[in-house]
Amino acid sequence: MTTFIIRRLLSSIPVGAAVVVICFTLVRIAPGSPFSSERALDPATKHMLEAKYRLTGSIPTQLFCYLSQIAKGDLGESLKYRGRSVVEIIGQSLPRSILLGSISFLISLGLGIPLGAWSAARNQDRAGSILNGLAILSLSIPTFILAPTTVLLFSFYFHLFPPAGWGEPNQLVLPAFALALPFVGVCARLVRSGLLETLGSDFIRTGRSKGLSEPKLVLLHALRPAILPLVSYAGPLAAGILTGSLLIEETFAIPGVGQFFVSGVINRDVFLVSGVVLVYCAFLLFFNLVADWLTALLDPRIRLHS
Amino acid sequence: MNFCRGIPGLTGLFLFSLLLGGCANRPRADLIICNGAEPQTLDPALVSGQLEGRLCSALLEGLLRRDARGKAVPGTAEKWTTSPDGKTYTFTLRPNLRWSNGDPLTSSDYQWSWIRALHPGTASPYSEILYFIRGAEAYHLGKSPADSVGIKTPDERTLEVHLNHPTPFFPALTAFTTYLPVHRATVEKFKDGWTRPENWVGNGPYRLLDWEINDRVSLKKNPLYHTPNRVQIERIDALAVNRASTAFNLYSSDQADVLLDKGMIPSLILPELRGRSDFHPGPLLATYFYRFNVTRPPFNDVRVRRAFALAIDKEVITDKITRGNEPVAQSLTPRGVPEYLPPEGLQPDPETARGLLKSAGFPDGHGFPRVSLLYNKSELNEQVAVEIQAQWKRVLGVEIELRNQEWATYLRSLDTLDFDIARSSWVGDYDDPNTFLDCFVTNRGNNRTGWSNPEYDSLLSKARSEPNPARRLQLLQKAETLLVTDALPIIPIYHFVGCLMFDPNKWGGLYPNLLDEHPFSEITKRTP
Repeated sequence: MTTFIIRRLLSSIPVGAAVVVICFTLVRIAPGSPFSSERALDPATKHMLEAKYRLTGSIPTQLFCYLSQIAKGDLGESLKYRGRSVVEIIGQSLPRSILLGSISFLISLGLGIPLGAWSAARNQDRAGSILNGLAILSLSIPTFILAPTTVLLFSFYFHLFPPAGWGEPNQLVLPAFALALPFVGVCARLVRSGLLETLGSDFIRTGRSKGLSEPKLVLLHALRPAILPLVSYAGPLAAGILTGSLLIEETFAIPGVGQFFVSGVINRDVFLVSGVVLVYCAFLLFFNLVADWLTALLDPRIRLHS
Repeated sequence: MNFCRGIPGLTGLFLFSLLLGGCANRPRADLIICNGAEPQTLDPALVSGQLEGRLCSALLEGLLRRDARGKAVPGTAEKWTTSPDGKTYTFTLRPNLRWSNGDPLTSSDYQWSWIRALHPGTASPYSEILYFIRGAEAYHLGKSPADSVGIKTPDERTLEVHLNHPTPFFPALTAFTTYLPVHRATVEKFKDGWTRPENWVGNGPYRLLDWEINDRVSLKKNPLYHTPNRVQIERIDALAVNRASTAFNLYSSDQADVLLDKGMIPSLILPELRGRSDFHPGPLLATYFYRFNVTRPPFNDVRVRRAFALAIDKEVITDKITRGNEPVAQSLTPRGVPEYLPPEGLQPDPETARGLLKSAGFPDGHGFPRVSLLYNKSELNEQVAVEIQAQWKRVLGVEIELRNQEWATYLRSLDTLDFDIARSSWVGDYDDPNTFLDCFVTNRGNNRTGWSNPEYDSLLSKARSEPNPARRLQLLQKAETLLVTDALPIIPIYHFVGCLMFDPNKWGGLYPNLLDEHPFSEITKRTP
């Protein structure tokens, strides 16, 4: 187990480095300058800024400077938000995205798993079809429709929750549900299909013939192997959901890190983009590791050291 | 099914986790303003945007400041005099001025701050606005030392500014963000970090209480401000909101009191808001226009440019697309600049347009090369471009290709003249036509058309050195006539309008004005 974790951690270093190299290069070769604005900057000032942030010379030279900077633990300064370090920006905004994302993640699994299990157990009757239909509906509604609709309904029609903002617990309700709902559908579908397959297995038939009750059979025996596909899916889902969503953050005025993925690219803020992508990459690697560990825990046939 | 009964339990668990969420409860500010996107900086020497300018004006005060109607009024300077040749201004500061940490504020603070903004190492994007001062440009370009810049401090309360030319709007210009003072010891000690709330030292009506990235900037009344009684609101939160619909939702649910920008109001509902008592539109000193690349055919021919200008019916655009009562633009400078009457410009004339295109060798558009119209990605820009494309097709018979680029790529295309026709806009920095017309002087960074006209350059140069204000404006009007009627490197389309949203029964001291200046210190709360 320890060997497995150490090996995975070591292999994540070249992955992270490759991600930074690709990200930095793509942003730097994209047309446009981080220092451009509608009001033209005089060439001397532009050159001064490029020199200050070590963005002169060839792209490999710039990249080398940046990588040596990262090696010293410095992710650089934002080019757009002058005087703000990338670590400071991520440090302030990431915890907010993690808070919102954790709640959404729990909602996704907490509603998705029972919904999928219920719809699989009731596969033959109308309740199962309705639940399955609901799951498909929740994953089919795009966020750009879902988010404003929840605001319209729950803020302006029922007056239950504030439409946007940050700072009060009730301001988290709508964005957390809007962020979670599509994943509830995905989780439910994964659990349903896993359970349907497992419920037809020999060991379930044996259990049934021994007189086990249906709920006991599903919860204690069938669910464990059935959620394996969900566990594999939950790794990348956790990484994505915890590092914020541009649309949700903009719609609900959540000061999270998600919007920097897009605004950073638009502004050609190369250090900020590389920083947030690196954080996303770290989350992805970590949660994939957790997913692998959970898979091994749930399925005794899998051995981590192999 | 027993396990299905677990669903409410699970849901309860999540709701519980919601309540446990680590949200910091903070008391509501006395006034909450939706200020636009996240401020890029609060250092006045580095500010180039309006939303940052608003915050800086609340935190720092110039020699003059803007009042609620955008008029320049005395700030830290109690009076000023002009030399007979109009080239030297002497400002006298109010007595006993203090920074927010208690340090005395003197004329040297202004001198140091302006020199700092000009220093090449500061890399100020707006340093050009200080070029009116003698020696400022040479110092910025590294050609002369700092002491050659025409800013003198005979004593602690006197600031003497020597200008290159008579500049009647110079006192008003000192209210502009780049001219705001900064506290030398703080800047030198904390370098780039001086704008953090824990380090902030200012001289404005407000202090920087807090600045949370992408969330809000919190301001608190500065008790050491020279006239604290003028400031009524104790605490202000300026929210960073990117999306118009979100800002409007916050306003509609009383989570924000004022929307300061038309960009904070969804354009689709603008017509429905007209007539509401909390909707306050007004003209702005800003123009939406198209520019030609005059360095290559076919737009190096003035007849073609003129034909394209005469073929546009701009009223269709303001009536059907922008729908905010925007005035149609026949000139680059909007109406309303004091004492200045912009030229009449060109009225739509399809017949003459077709004749001009024919004389340029393209009868009914035959043989006209394939050219493109460049705009940055936005729904409004696209709608305007599609309409104008259709009008040119209908009137002139020419096919124009639409070219849509994202922001940074679009700016690069403008800078490298990699376009035929391009959408643009310009917002005036001060209420004088020079803020618009200076852009099109030969080789100016903002020219971005390749256009060069010695007569135009000469008219602007003469206007700069003209001591008589009326004659100066006549020269500027002549230059603008050349720009928008004769040579046409640009086609003005419409002038922007500004919109404020606030309940007039609750809030006072907010008035739509040409410069879109809404100082926080002027806002008052009405007692019911």
